[in-house]
Amino acid sequence: MVKLEETHLPGVGVRHDFDGRFGKRVGVITHRDGRREIFVARRDDPDACAQSIVLSDEEAEAVADLLGGSTITRHMNTLTQDIEGLAMDWVPLAAGTPYAGQPLGDTKMRTRTGTSIVAIMRDGQAIAAPGPEFPLKVGDTVVVVGTPGGVVRAARLLGGEG
Amino acid sequence: MSLGQLLLEIGAVILVLAFVGRAAGRLGITPIPLYLLAGIALGAVVRLGDEPGEFIHIGAEIGAVLLLFTLGLEYTSRELRDNLAANRQVGLLDLALNFTPGLVAGLLLGFPPLAAVLLGGVTYLSSSGIASKVLNDLGRLGNRETPIILAVCVLEDVAMAVYLPVVAALLIGGTLAAVGVNLVVALAAFGLAFFLALRYGHVLSRVLNVQSSEALLLSVFGLVLVVAGAADLLKVSAAIGAFLVGIALSGEVADRTRPLIEPLRDLFAAVFFVFFGLQLDLGTVPGVLLPAVLLAVLTSLTKFVTGWWGAARAGVQTRGRFRAGATLIPRGEFSILIAGLGLSLAPTLGPLAAVYVLLTAILGPILARFDGQVAPLLDRRLREARAG
Repeated sequence: MVKLEETHLPGVGVRHDFDGRFGKRVGVITHRDGRREIFVARRDDPDACAQSIVLSDEEAEAVADLLGGSTITRHMNTLTQDIEGLAMDWVPLAAGTPYAGQPLGDTKMRTRTGTSIVAIMRDGQAIAAPGPEFPLKVGDTVVVVGTPGGVVRAARLLGGEG
Repeated sequence: MSLGQLLLEIGAVILVLAFVGRAAGRLGITPIPLYLLAGIALGAVVRLGDEPGEFIHIGAEIGAVLLLFTLGLEYTSRELRDNLAANRQVGLLDLALNFTPGLVAGLLLGFPPLAAVLLGGVTYLSSSGIASKVLNDLGRLGNRETPIILAVCVLEDVAMAVYLPVVAALLIGGTLAAVGVNLVVALAAFGLAFFLALRYGHVLSRVLNVQSSEALLLSVFGLVLVVAGAADLLKVSAAIGAFLVGIALSGEVADRTRPLIEPLRDLFAAVFFVFFGLQLDLGTVPGVLLPAVLLAVLTSLTKFVTGWWGAARAGVQTRGRFRAGATLIPRGEFSILIAGLGLSLAPTLGPLAAVYVLLTAILGPILARFDGQVAPLLDRRLREARAG
């Protein structure tokens, strides 16, 4: 999970940044007038910005969308309708999930949402048909199949809002 | 004097400023020192009539008031509180390292004690205007050392808000008892106003927040001048009154006021620098050149150490420490403002401060650019020093 740091910049706004997995510090400055500035740190000088992009309010929203800011709507749109009335989706387990370290059976997925968990993706490997005792881990991607509505409910459940 | 002549002279001065400002933009440096230079040059070349001179004088006073008002507007009361709590050590080090050289230099130059205290203020205050411009222009707002730079600027501005009323009270002079009374009155008035601004600022903000931009501009500008005038009559210093109004305004009204008042501030602040330059006698400059250069070198070093240390505490590497130090070097608008208070005390204070501000305001931003080239050298030196 990303560790976001919040820093107030007096007279400017607020800065949020984190150390990215690929060795660079990445962050967003929210200016007081609503402009957003995205920056990445330099590799040879992690304290400095190599590049920064200033976005207007609307642009920032668009970029956030592209990056998956509105997961639920995206789920609705990316449901691959292989069979009429049946949807399949890949739900990542983020840090906020209540099921980290719990066996899969604890989600009671089928009873609650009418969807089935058909596989777990972990470290680039697919584990097909995991049993109810299979322990879930943060960072797993859960593959669920069910009705479109059920799939969205499943995503909410695993995200801890269901 | 005819109207035509009056307009001609004022317009000519402003056009000179425009020209200078454009040149500064070309060179990528801050226009403040160039406005000063323009004022000095104008003062040497032309004799302005009485009326344009009067206008420029009044404009300069308004400029000083607006500079402080927009400064107060920049900060929310929460930012002030948080910074006071979190960055005390850097603030104290900054005060010790950068106020002292000016004070000592003033005494060595044979200034009266109060003028030496003013010179201490001149060398103490980094220019938050120049610093934030450098950070913006070089795209360094996201840097790790930036919060430290800004924090130092905030703390200095708070310190100045206390310092100015004290100096203003001392400037009135008189017997020791009278000075004491003035001092207590000034500080009490300031303390009360500061408390009210922090406590009830939101009420004022709500009252002022009218729909029309025009009405808002007029209300804010009028209020700032009224409070500044009242503060001046109470001997607290007009600029501080304006600063407090700025602190008191927060939220939406502050966000709406900022773009409205900025053009006004830019105009009058430029006039303020020119006025200061106009008052300087070119003949006095050679005499202060040596002390100004020495003072600039010494206090550039002390500021550099302040920034370096602050950034090091925040866990920033050498290059960032260097940037923090260099960005804090420039002194600017408020050093000039403080020097302007003491022109009658020590005639050389004005030219000294002007040359000094010029040197630091040009040196700092240039140094700040070369972090990549200079910091590795420093790094090597430090390692050698440690290795003995």
